[in-house]
Amino acid sequence: MKENGFRGFFKKLYKYRVFLLMLAPAVIYTLIFSYYPMTGIVTAFKKYNYAGGIWGSPWNGLENFKFFFKSGQAALVIRNTVLYNLLFIAVNTVTQIAVAVFLTELSNKYYRKITQSLMFLPYFISWVIVGVMAFNIFSSDYGFINRIITYFGGEKISFYTTPQVWPLILLFFSVWKGIGYGSVMYLAALMGIDTSIYDSAKIDGANVFQRIFYVTIPMIMPTTIILLLLAVGGIFKGNFDMFYNLVGNNGLLYNYTDVIDTLTFRALISSNNFGMSAAIGLFQSVLCFITVLIVNKLVGMYDKDYTLF
Amino acid sequence: MKSDKHSNKIKRGSDVIALNIISYAFCGIVALVCLVPFVMIVSGSFSSEKAILQNGFSILPQQFSLEAYKTVFKDPIVILRAYCTTICLTIVGTVVGLLLQTMTAYVLSRKDFGWRNAFSLFFYFTTLFSGGLVPYFILITQTLNLRDNYLALLLPLIFSVYNLLIMKSYIMGIPDSLIEAAKIDGGGEFLILFKIVLPLIKPALATVGLFIALAYWNDWYNAMLYIKSEEKYPLQYFLYQRVNNIEAYKKLLSNAAASSVASAVSLPTQTLKMALTVVVTGPIVLAYPLAQKYFVQGITIGAVKG
Repeated sequence: MKENGFRGFFKKLYKYRVFLLMLAPAVIYTLIFSYYPMTGIVTAFKKYNYAGGIWGSPWNGLENFKFFFKSGQAALVIRNTVLYNLLFIAVNTVTQIAVAVFLTELSNKYYRKITQSLMFLPYFISWVIVGVMAFNIFSSDYGFINRIITYFGGEKISFYTTPQVWPLILLFFSVWKGIGYGSVMYLAALMGIDTSIYDSAKIDGANVFQRIFYVTIPMIMPTTIILLLLAVGGIFKGNFDMFYNLVGNNGLLYNYTDVIDTLTFRALISSNNFGMSAAIGLFQSVLCFITVLIVNKLVGMYDKDYTLF
Repeated sequence: MKSDKHSNKIKRGSDVIALNIISYAFCGIVALVCLVPFVMIVSGSFSSEKAILQNGFSILPQQFSLEAYKTVFKDPIVILRAYCTTICLTIVGTVVGLLLQTMTAYVLSRKDFGWRNAFSLFFYFTTLFSGGLVPYFILITQTLNLRDNYLALLLPLIFSVYNLLIMKSYIMGIPDSLIEAAKIDGGGEFLILFKIVLPLIKPALATVGLFIALAYWNDWYNAMLYIKSEEKYPLQYFLYQRVNNIEAYKKLLSNAAASSVASAVSLPTQTLKMALTVVVTGPIVLAYPLAQKYFVQGITIGAVKG
């Protein structure tokens, strides 16, 4: 039955014609919007000008990369991106697990539903609105925090000119926006635990806290590890929406808040430096790709079912 | 023996009570922290500008006032236009996106399609490696020449591999025998998809549809990159522009209300930002209790590999 070569190929082409017709729109879309731009990474090696475009501009060797690394910006944005992501991953994981564990302990159904819904609320709004909220809370003149500080006789803090406080502010909003959404996965894992294990822990004399630490947490470890690894896969990706809406073009804060994605954006839009922006983007894409490969290997070592490919 | 058992029971009781108190308190506090920023925006919008300038923002409204809303609606056309843009984009994008994703997922889930692994990899690879911002920007603005075109807002969000994977894992849940039977009855693939598969994956359509809709509704990034004319701004970018250039907005509003003597200076600033945010946020906050259930489904399914 099995045929090889051209004949077989065309036979299959005919046999699958309806399937291929159905796939065509998505395939064409992906070719144009994902694969064609991959060829555009040559911009990273060009001295880009509008007239020449991607292909007509003169070559620039590795100058774009050299500029990125020599300017000192590379070290800064890579450090910031990785540290922020580690911070976000660690704190988000702990808070989301805590929320999931405590939500399942709530015996009052309505209380559980209402609190969970409220926690889910921030997920639905755009980062633009979160930016307004941050202003509402942290603005130097009218912010809620400064209102409280002055009420107790303290000195106002000028948050938007004090870079050191921004890791905390960004962490707060990262947790705030992701807590309802993120805890759903852990809730699902908790629901999957066989209750008979709890009963036997009870018979063995474990109190509820011991039950949580020695039964519940170990039982959701597989889920936790998989989610952690997947999150680590994106460690070189900065959340542009978040950083741009909370920090914006406030240069005073860049030392503490500039990440790879915001720098790429500014190099493109503010400085019109296509070459360098493309170089940073390519550098980031390669880093991300390598990380995902490593992470996938690790996931595979842990549990083959969860590997991505 | 008996007393021992008794004390044990009390001990067990007290730790259960302690955990209960901690759980109720913890969830209550987290929920409140999630809610408070929303309340503060609403309170700010209903406060008088004078009170805010004097005291700053608070959790409850100060000197209740509708001044900010009156100012916003001095020129309601601009907001309505932004609303229209966003609603139209969301509807068109969601319908077309769903169709595209369902059709693709259906083919990739068919076990008798010998090339499905190759095509799956073709789509999946794009999530692992991308050209980055610059080539994409050049594609939209120069190759396709879509600058300041609504298509630059529509196309980037219309297809996503993550949604494709969610959809695919749903469709894989349909028993093969159903599709086989339909095939034997002489149904073409399109007929099977629309008559057999679609009615069975209604929850998936709702989930993926809501993911797509939310992405369109909250999109400001594509507008920032590609849209130059103010009258084409979608809602979130409209808000972004107005809040960040509030003085320009006030000028616009005072011009719109030319008949009144109100000059831009006399219009509120801080409360105006809040009122505008409320007007933009309102619908999504009202709609989310209905949508939440489907999102929860989607997150859980999305984690299962497609």
